[in-house]
Amino acid sequence: MAATKKKTPETAPWQWTIHEAADQLRQKKISSVELTQAHFERIRAVDSSVKAFLTLLEDSALAEARNADEKIAKGGNLSPLTGIPLGIKDVVVTKGIRTTAGSRFLEHFIPPYDATVMTKLRSSGAVFLGKLNMDEFAMGSSTENSAYGPTHNPWDLTRVPGGSSGGSSACVAAGEAMGSLGSDTGGSIRQPAALTNTVGLKPTYGRVSRFGLIAFASSLDQIGPFARDARDCAYLLETIAGYDPHDSTSVNVPVPNYAAELTGDIKDMKIGLPKEYFVDGAEPGVTKAVEEAIAVYKKLGAKFVDISLPHTKYGLPCYYIIAPAEASANLSRYDGIKYGLSLHETAKDLEDVYKSTRAEGFGPEVRRRIMIGAYALSSGYYDAFYKRAQQVRTLIKKDFDDAFGKCDIILTPTSPTTAFKIGDRTSDPYSMYLADLFTIPANLAGICGISIPGGFSEGLPVGVQLLGNTFAESDILRAADAFERVTDFHTQMADLSASAVKPKRKKSS
Amino acid sequence: MATDTLTAVQQEYEIVIGLEVHTQLLTDSKMFCSCNTHYANDEANTHICPVCMGMPGVLPVINKQAVDFTFMVGLALNCSIPELAKFDRKNYFYPDLPKGYQISQYDMPFCVNGSLEITVNGAIKKIGVTRAHLEEDTGRLVHSANNWGEGYSLVDWNRAGIPLLEIVSEPDMRSPEEARLYMQKLRSILVNLGVSSGKMEEGSLRCDANISLRKHGETKLGVKTEIKNMNSFRAVQRALEYEAQRQMEVLSNGGVIVQETRGWVETRGVTVSQRVKEYADDYRYFPEPDLPHIEVARNWVEGIRSQMPELPDARRDRFIRDYALPIGDAELLAGDRAIAHYFEDTTAALQGDDIAGRARLAANWVMGDLSRLLNASETEISNCPISAPHLAALIDAVTQGKITGKQAKDILERAYQTHESPDAIIQREGIASVSDTAAIEAFVQEAVTTNPKAVADYQKGKGNAVQFLIGQVMRLSKGSAKPDVVQPILIAALDKLAQ
Repeated sequence: MAATKKKTPETAPWQWTIHEAADQLRQKKISSVELTQAHFERIRAVDSSVKAFLTLLEDSALAEARNADEKIAKGGNLSPLTGIPLGIKDVVVTKGIRTTAGSRFLEHFIPPYDATVMTKLRSSGAVFLGKLNMDEFAMGSSTENSAYGPTHNPWDLTRVPGGSSGGSSACVAAGEAMGSLGSDTGGSIRQPAALTNTVGLKPTYGRVSRFGLIAFASSLDQIGPFARDARDCAYLLETIAGYDPHDSTSVNVPVPNYAAELTGDIKDMKIGLPKEYFVDGAEPGVTKAVEEAIAVYKKLGAKFVDISLPHTKYGLPCYYIIAPAEASANLSRYDGIKYGLSLHETAKDLEDVYKSTRAEGFGPEVRRRIMIGAYALSSGYYDAFYKRAQQVRTLIKKDFDDAFGKCDIILTPTSPTTAFKIGDRTSDPYSMYLADLFTIPANLAGICGISIPGGFSEGLPVGVQLLGNTFAESDILRAADAFERVTDFHTQMADLSASAVKPKRKKSS
Repeated sequence: MATDTLTAVQQEYEIVIGLEVHTQLLTDSKMFCSCNTHYANDEANTHICPVCMGMPGVLPVINKQAVDFTFMVGLALNCSIPELAKFDRKNYFYPDLPKGYQISQYDMPFCVNGSLEITVNGAIKKIGVTRAHLEEDTGRLVHSANNWGEGYSLVDWNRAGIPLLEIVSEPDMRSPEEARLYMQKLRSILVNLGVSSGKMEEGSLRCDANISLRKHGETKLGVKTEIKNMNSFRAVQRALEYEAQRQMEVLSNGGVIVQETRGWVETRGVTVSQRVKEYADDYRYFPEPDLPHIEVARNWVEGIRSQMPELPDARRDRFIRDYALPIGDAELLAGDRAIAHYFEDTTAALQGDDIAGRARLAANWVMGDLSRLLNASETEISNCPISAPHLAALIDAVTQGKITGKQAKDILERAYQTHESPDAIIQREGIASVSDTAAIEAFVQEAVTTNPKAVADYQKGKGNAVQFLIGQVMRLSKGSAKPDVVQPILIAALDKLAQ
């Protein structure tokens, strides 16, 4: 599939991919200011229905766009992200810009520093449109746990966009941003990507610095990109990845030129199909889409091998001990003493400052997980819960080690279902937790994963998950890109106009 | 508390004491961020950053210098240094704790199974050191009141994140005195290593004590209380003496000891209950996920070991071996590196072949008159106005009979005040002028022997003969002898001749 001569796409700028826009910017067919303005127009047109943004940064974005245009005018060595309008999940701290983590607690919190990923994106010349809605402190799978109201799925506004990075997925799906950053602790990038027909990548644990990522579960959290194709994800990832002396869990492994490795050639790539992911749980429409994806990969010359990840069924319970345990400590800093919400003026005494502030500041799901986590760490229960969960985690990690001895990447559904209705699962936390059944094991094992558009079921997007070994992002990106070259699911965008017809984005290569 | 009351306790009960000592480490930056540690007299909240403030999104980075210092202390306390260590989170809420948890070490500390030797009544006693682990200090609460008298508290985070080393002893101490000696020895080691300023009164060195009583012969430990807020070595001993007596009174009245934390109130000389521990605190420790485990390579530890300065115990043993000092003197002189150096410099500068004799003289002067002068003026020996060679010259002058010991003490004190060298005083004023009776006696003898006529005149009752002989002594002393000092010595000598 030879690259054709780039020409101006026949679609609106907000429908372009990042690499299409980068070409147009370099050819001076459009300026970053125009591109940025086009996105704010799109946001004004649709965000009252989608509700992806918590904070808009129009003035600073246009200033950044002007800087980018100057950079582009000077020429020289430009980043693919120079002048590209992006959205940032509101769990990534931004210097001088309100960062809420979707919580009432941080409604007025202005961080005094930038996350490392922000520093990296700023130096690439990217443009920041605003901060994106999310489940409070990244706890949830639907963005309904945001203190600021749910985000709506652009494919069906009555449905959830997934979560916790629902703002990040929805804004890319709705054409409100060309790409975005999310965070993935148990599936919070991949599951919303699957539910919104976007590409979402969770990097290997340690690939991207967590410095400035408001912590949910420190041993599981990773920042990663959302975009409309694998190439865009590759550009975003190679910009934000890398060792950071401020994050002792980041790993000093060189960052490849991911985009350069998108050769389209996956001939003889061995793809593992874990039997535990295909037995039950998934909707028929999801299963069908995944089967069709397997067929596509076979045509591309990939070899399929049956593998087993025997401890898969323990993933969910294991995760729901470890993540809340870490969260219970990570969220202790929100105590009404230093920053954020404080009810000290009405509190009776110190203990009441803590109790009333935390009761007021945290939503029910956050409170639930703090209680679960504190319980799991309590003296007398630690061995039975936290310690046991860590032992199981080791087994899950070993499952993947063994599996990657037999295959290069692993293919599974991303989510057992397509986007569900807003309100459907809020009263049953466990049904909500099941949304992450297929994504959680990758976080426990610390490996990388990507969700790519794999088709539609009853008009709703279905995601296919590709899992790679640690630091094997190149493999899953190459496989994702190869799939995109012969399918057009990823080029479909949600139609937010009155008509239900979904316009196709023209493929550029 | 009177010592006899303590004796009464010890007749009936065995006192069991274990200490938990915290010291701030003298690193350049804080434990997990790059903030400067020299906050002592600075305005509140001027040495802070998002990391030590516990802002959302921050991550800790381990200060290697703090770990190096920890290994130094561990090696000095004869600890094993395990090959794998980790940090843990200790969870509790308090306004001075920015993150709602303290990064500490729970079950895999840097140093384990060590010991420390104290000298009790001239005998060495070994106190077990359970562990030494690294953690971060908290902020400081400043309590205040508004114009209406309502109390409020402010938090100063300058101290938050200062590296803190906790050293936990075995319950091996059997008297409040032993506890004080342990603290003093531990401080001496920490200060010698250059890792701690060792200032209990300023809180850079802190001590919590666990104390319980049990009947002699009993092997099970009694219920303990934890004593806090002891801000000096003396306070450690006094507080534990008080507490031992208090516990005995409770027990002998048929009561039971309540496991609790008690605070020492220095002004009243008592401990008061602060908090009753009905059950053990549940800090919900778990491994710090933001920090990887630390693999401690052996060459790391050996590198630290090779850079260690000589430690008090080794120096004490060397002083006993090389200078034949008694153990008490050796312990005292070896405890402080600066004092030890001064002592050794003085010994080296003294004349004579008998090294033990020289050392004994140097030790006596350093521990005696010089220490008294230093203490009285609250001066560190490193700032002593009299150098070790000058002290040695003064001691030599005594040994050589040029001046008496009493004169030397007088000269030392004057030299200390005026910052002159003792030699300069001797040179300027002459020996006799300083009422050196030995020298004057020599001149008197000479005057009497060489002037038989004047002696005979005196014996005949001629009063002006005395004036003549005084003049002769004055001449012999080159005018430096004082007549009023010479006269009684002369008359005594003349009267002795007459017998």
